[in-house]
Amino acid sequence: MTAMIPAGEYHATYREDMTIFPTRNSRYALWIGIALLCLAPLALGRYELGLLITIGFTGIAALGLNILVGFTGQISIGHAAFFGFGAFASAWLHEYAHIPVALCIPLAGLMTTAVGMIFGLPAARLKGLYLAIATLAAQFILEDFFARAQWFTGGVAGRITEPFTLFGWVADREESYFYVVLAYVIVMFVAAANLMRTRDGRALVAVRDHYLSAEMMGINLAYYRTLSFGIASFYAGIGGALYAHYLLFVSVEAFNILYSIQFLGMVIIGGLGSVMGSLMGAAFMVLLPEVVQAGADALAGGAVDRALKIGANISFLREMAIGATIILFLIFEPDGLARRWRLIKAYWKLYPYSH
Amino acid sequence: MDWPLLLQLTLNGLIVGALYGVVAMSFVLIYKASQVVNFAQGEFLLVGAWVCWWLLTDWQLPFWAGFLFTLAFMTLFGIIIQVVVLRPLIGEPVISVIMATIGLGIFFQALMKWIFGVFAKPFPPIFAADQVSVLGLQVQTVYLLSLGISVLIMLGFAWFFTFSKHGLAMRATAFDQQVAQSLGVSVPKVFAMSWAISAVVSAVAGVVVGVVNGVSSALSFYGIKVFPAVILGGLDSILGAVLGGLIVGVLENWAQYLDAEWLNWGNMYTIAPFYALILILLIKPYGLFGTKNIERV
Repeated sequence: MTAMIPAGEYHATYREDMTIFPTRNSRYALWIGIALLCLAPLALGRYELGLLITIGFTGIAALGLNILVGFTGQISIGHAAFFGFGAFASAWLHEYAHIPVALCIPLAGLMTTAVGMIFGLPAARLKGLYLAIATLAAQFILEDFFARAQWFTGGVAGRITEPFTLFGWVADREESYFYVVLAYVIVMFVAAANLMRTRDGRALVAVRDHYLSAEMMGINLAYYRTLSFGIASFYAGIGGALYAHYLLFVSVEAFNILYSIQFLGMVIIGGLGSVMGSLMGAAFMVLLPEVVQAGADALAGGAVDRALKIGANISFLREMAIGATIILFLIFEPDGLARRWRLIKAYWKLYPYSH
Repeated sequence: MDWPLLLQLTLNGLIVGALYGVVAMSFVLIYKASQVVNFAQGEFLLVGAWVCWWLLTDWQLPFWAGFLFTLAFMTLFGIIIQVVVLRPLIGEPVISVIMATIGLGIFFQALMKWIFGVFAKPFPPIFAADQVSVLGLQVQTVYLLSLGISVLIMLGFAWFFTFSKHGLAMRATAFDQQVAQSLGVSVPKVFAMSWAISAVVSAVAGVVVGVVNGVSSALSFYGIKVFPAVILGGLDSILGAVLGGLIVGVLENWAQYLDAEWLNWGNMYTIAPFYALILILLIKPYGLFGTKNIERV
C-alpha cells in the first residue's frame, strides 16, 4: 500500500477498487482521529462533550436512515418514531427484565428491527412517495402508541432510565459515557462501510439505481427493501437506546415529526449515500441550533432584537433555520457535505496545478 | 345506540370531509400537473388564514375586501414558491422534491408562530346568527357556508378542467408534458398556475376553518389529514380526492363515536385515518380511482 495515490485510476483488481482506505495515510489519519477523540474528555468541557455525544447517537440513527434513503432509495418520514421506540425499549428491558444496560442497548436495537419490519412490510411493495406516506402514518401511529402504552413508556410522565454499567464501571457522566458512544459509533460506521462492500450492499444500491434491472439480475426486491428497512430500524434503535441512557429520562413528546424531518435533513445535508456524510450531517444539524443561539446572543439587546423579538422566539427561529437549510442544500448543494469534502480533498491533491 | 348523536356526527363528518376534499383537490392538482407531492399543503391553509385574520383585525377591512386581498396574496405566494423553490428542482429525484416541500412546511409554520404567536385567535364575527336548524339538527352557520363554498369550488374545478382553455392546457400537461409542449402549452406557466390555484383554494379552506375554530398552527394538520384522503381516492384523481375527503371526514367522526361508546382508547379521531391509510396502501395502493402505474423496461 502506498502513501499517496497517483493521479488517475490504476486499480487492477476489484479488491483494490473496493478498499475503504485507498492509501496508507488515510488509514493513519483515521487512527489519529480516533486517538484524538479518545483524548477529547481530557480537553473539553461537559457541554462540548454533551454535544459530541449527541452528534454520536444522532449520527448512528442518521446512518441507518442513509442506508434506507441514500443506498436503497426508499424514503422514511417516521425515523424519529423508531428512534424513540429504541429508547423506550432499552429502558423497559432494563426495568422489567432486569437485563444489564450494556445488553439492553443491542437488544433494543433488535426489538426496533422487529417493529420496523412490521411497518416495513408495506415497504416491500411500495416505493417512492407511497412509502413516504406510509411511514408518515407509522410516525403518527407510533407516537399515539407511546402516549397510550403506559406499561411500556410510562405514559405522559415519561420513563426514567438507569446509567450504562459494564462490570462495575458506571458511565453516568459525560466524560465516561462519551467512550460508550464513541465505541458504538466506530462499530456501527465500520459495519455500514463494510456492508456496502458485500453482495447485499451492492444489491441495495442496485435496487436504488434501477429496480427493474436489479430484479432481472436476480435480486429479490421485496427481500432487499424489507432488509434495508430492518437495518435502518436497527440503527435507529441503537441510536435511541444510547440517547435514553445518556439523558436518563425519556419523554413521550420528544419523538415528533419534526425530529423525523431533522433526521432526513441530516441525510440530505451530509450527502445521500455517503457513510461519513451521515456523521457530518448529524454534526451540522446538532450544531445548527447552537449557531442560531449564538447569532441571537450577538444581537441580544440591540434594535433588531427588540423589533423582531428574537430572544423570546428563538425556538421558532431554530425551526426556520432547519427548514431553510434543507431547502438551500437541496437547491445549491444537492450532494451534501460529503461532495464538498471530496472537492476540498481533490483541490489539495492537485494543489498548485488544480486546472 | 344513540342515533341522533350518530347522525349529528355523520353530518359533522360530511362537512369537515368536504373541507378535506377541497384541500385534497388542491393537493391532487399540484401532483397531477407537476408530479410534486406537496407536504406543505397545510401551511397554505395556515398562511392564508393568518393573512386574512391580519387584514380583518389589524387593518379593520370588511370581510369581503380582506378575503379578496388574501386570495390575491395567495396567488402570488403560490407562484413565488413554485418559481423560487420547486423550479430549480425539476428533474431531481422524488426524495429531493419531497424534502423541499417538507422544508417549506417547517419554515412557514415556524414563521407564522413567530409573527402571530402560538395561541389560537378568533376571527371577528361575520354572521348574525351563530346556528341554524337543518332537519332538526343544529348546524353552525359557518359550517353550512363552508359546505356551500366547498361544493362551489368543486363545481368550479369541474368547469375549469372541462371547458376553460387553461384547464385543458393543464390536463394536457398532466397527460404528457412533451406533447403538451409541442402543442404550444407553456409548461412552466402551467406549473406556476397549478401552484397558484392550489394555494388560493387551500387558503379559502383555511379561512373557513379559521372562522369556525380560530386560527392557530393546528390548521397545518389539515395538510397531513389530506394524505389518507388522497391515497384512498387515488393520488391523481380529482373526483377521488373529493370522495376520499368525505370518507375520511365521516370515518374519523365514526371512529370517535366508536371510541367514546365502547373502546375508550382516546385520540381515535386523529389516528383512525392513519390506520386506514396503512390498510389501503397494503390492499389497494393506487386507491379507488388512481391510475395504475404499469412499468416496462
